[in-house]
Amino acid sequence: MPNVSADDLRVRLGRALPGVVQEVYPLKVAPPPAQGHAPAAFVTGDTLVDAARVVDAALYLRDVLGYAYLSDICVVDYLTDGIFEVVYRFYNVEGGPSLALKVRVPRENPVVPSLTPDWPGANFHEREAFDLYGITFVGHPYLHRIYMWDEFEGFPMRKDFPKQGDKYIGEDE
Amino acid sequence: MLKTEELQINIGPQHPSTHGVFRMLVTVDGETVTDLKPVFGYLHRNHEQIAEVNTYLQNMPYTDRLDYFNAMANNHAYAMAVEKLVGIEVPERAEYIRVLMVELTRILNHAGALGFLINDMGAWQTQLAFGMREREKILDLFESVSGARLMCNYFRFGGVARDLTADFMPRLKDLLVAMPAFIDEMERLLRENEILLQRSEGIGILPKDLALAYSVTGPVLRGSGVAYDIRRAEPYSIYDRLDFDVPVGSVGDVYDRILVRIEEMRQSKRIIEQVIAQLPDAQGGHINPKARQNVRPPVGDVYARVETPKGELGFYLVSDGSSRPYRYKVRAPSFINLTPLGDMCRGYKVADMVVILGSIDIVMGEVDR
Repeated sequence: MPNVSADDLRVRLGRALPGVVQEVYPLKVAPPPAQGHAPAAFVTGDTLVDAARVVDAALYLRDVLGYAYLSDICVVDYLTDGIFEVVYRFYNVEGGPSLALKVRVPRENPVVPSLTPDWPGANFHEREAFDLYGITFVGHPYLHRIYMWDEFEGFPMRKDFPKQGDKYIGEDE
Repeated sequence: MLKTEELQINIGPQHPSTHGVFRMLVTVDGETVTDLKPVFGYLHRNHEQIAEVNTYLQNMPYTDRLDYFNAMANNHAYAMAVEKLVGIEVPERAEYIRVLMVELTRILNHAGALGFLINDMGAWQTQLAFGMREREKILDLFESVSGARLMCNYFRFGGVARDLTADFMPRLKDLLVAMPAFIDEMERLLRENEILLQRSEGIGILPKDLALAYSVTGPVLRGSGVAYDIRRAEPYSIYDRLDFDVPVGSVGDVYDRILVRIEEMRQSKRIIEQVIAQLPDAQGGHINPKARQNVRPPVGDVYARVETPKGELGFYLVSDGSSRPYRYKVRAPSFINLTPLGDMCRGYKVADMVVILGSIDIVMGEVDR
């Protein structure tokens, strides 16, 4: 059963759950303006899945491939492209390489189904992503801020969160 | 019959048994815990965002501050992530020095963690002093190579900052000669102590399936009977050349976690002995001379993980081709190991709750980030 590579995973997922796997498209990562490089394109090598069906894909990993261990959920803010990418990382404790699932959601309406009902270990990861990036995990039993205090406004890890002052970048006075 | 009702109390954030500024919102029915919510964030400094402003090398000393007990292990994970991203090779000798430091860290962490745990049970200070005595000796060694006892900042991309000092090996060998007596003494004090057995056996049980579902790592996962150790599962550095066992528990209670930690100290000592034997034949110096420290990695992302004494520490880095990380994410073991605390404490007494928290072995610098 182990030894599923990222490429195998894409094929297997596509066969078992048609329409879940999405074509990976390159993201523009804006270089710092002073350097004058051409904007670099960022292509991910991992499996990109449909955000609405991430739970199906994760359950397939757990129940069919044996990847029962959800190690990490991490968000990356691609401001230039206007999307958040959520990265899920799975292991098989019996052996085999780690696998990652990626999900892209628009920055204006970041909604992802929650994995917490199936993986209680996703609880704090999702609360952290909600707290720092403002991603709504539908179905999470207790989606509250985890680091910042409850009255805090804004999401401090977003790229347009100001390092000084209290306004988002691009917002008028 | 007297009318009773449940009571909600806060333990912490300023409470000595919570190992830092950590709050437990506990609902108790008499002496019994019926619900527990961990509340934290008091030490939150948005480490990950500060790291996006720093250059890659500037983050190296900053990783020390995550789990301030195990600075060397944090350095290792971060150095590995950047090396993977840039493609820097590490000389053999540097790898051996790294493993040596990381395994010493494991011994000092477990010595301290067990001491604090016994402290929580009420065996005030004796066991802790024993653990701290050994820890001090190891910290002296760290000081001799890195100049600092706790915030070592010793690893660099492609190796370590300085080679071992001339008197390092003799001092390490002295330390190893005395080590088995210390570990045996610690184990005897714990195993044969009736009070400790009563306080730890059958307390805070985390069954195997729950441990996996909760994604706990390190001694907590292995105490629950899952033989998952990253040094084995995905050997990094030179761990594939070293011979060691992965101890596992059977029940998943506090006692199993204690036994796993004691055995891990023994295994670390075994690893250090093999490193000492193989180090003289290792090729290369303490650092790759071609490795640039002000790195500018190509565009891409990378995830690197190591088995720190507390569990899996991973760094997820996204590079946009500049000299500062576009995204820097820490997958901290203490943070995740706190998730099942509520389930582990439910149904036990308030006094057991403190012991269960101690058996997880958390450091708030890493939980809050």
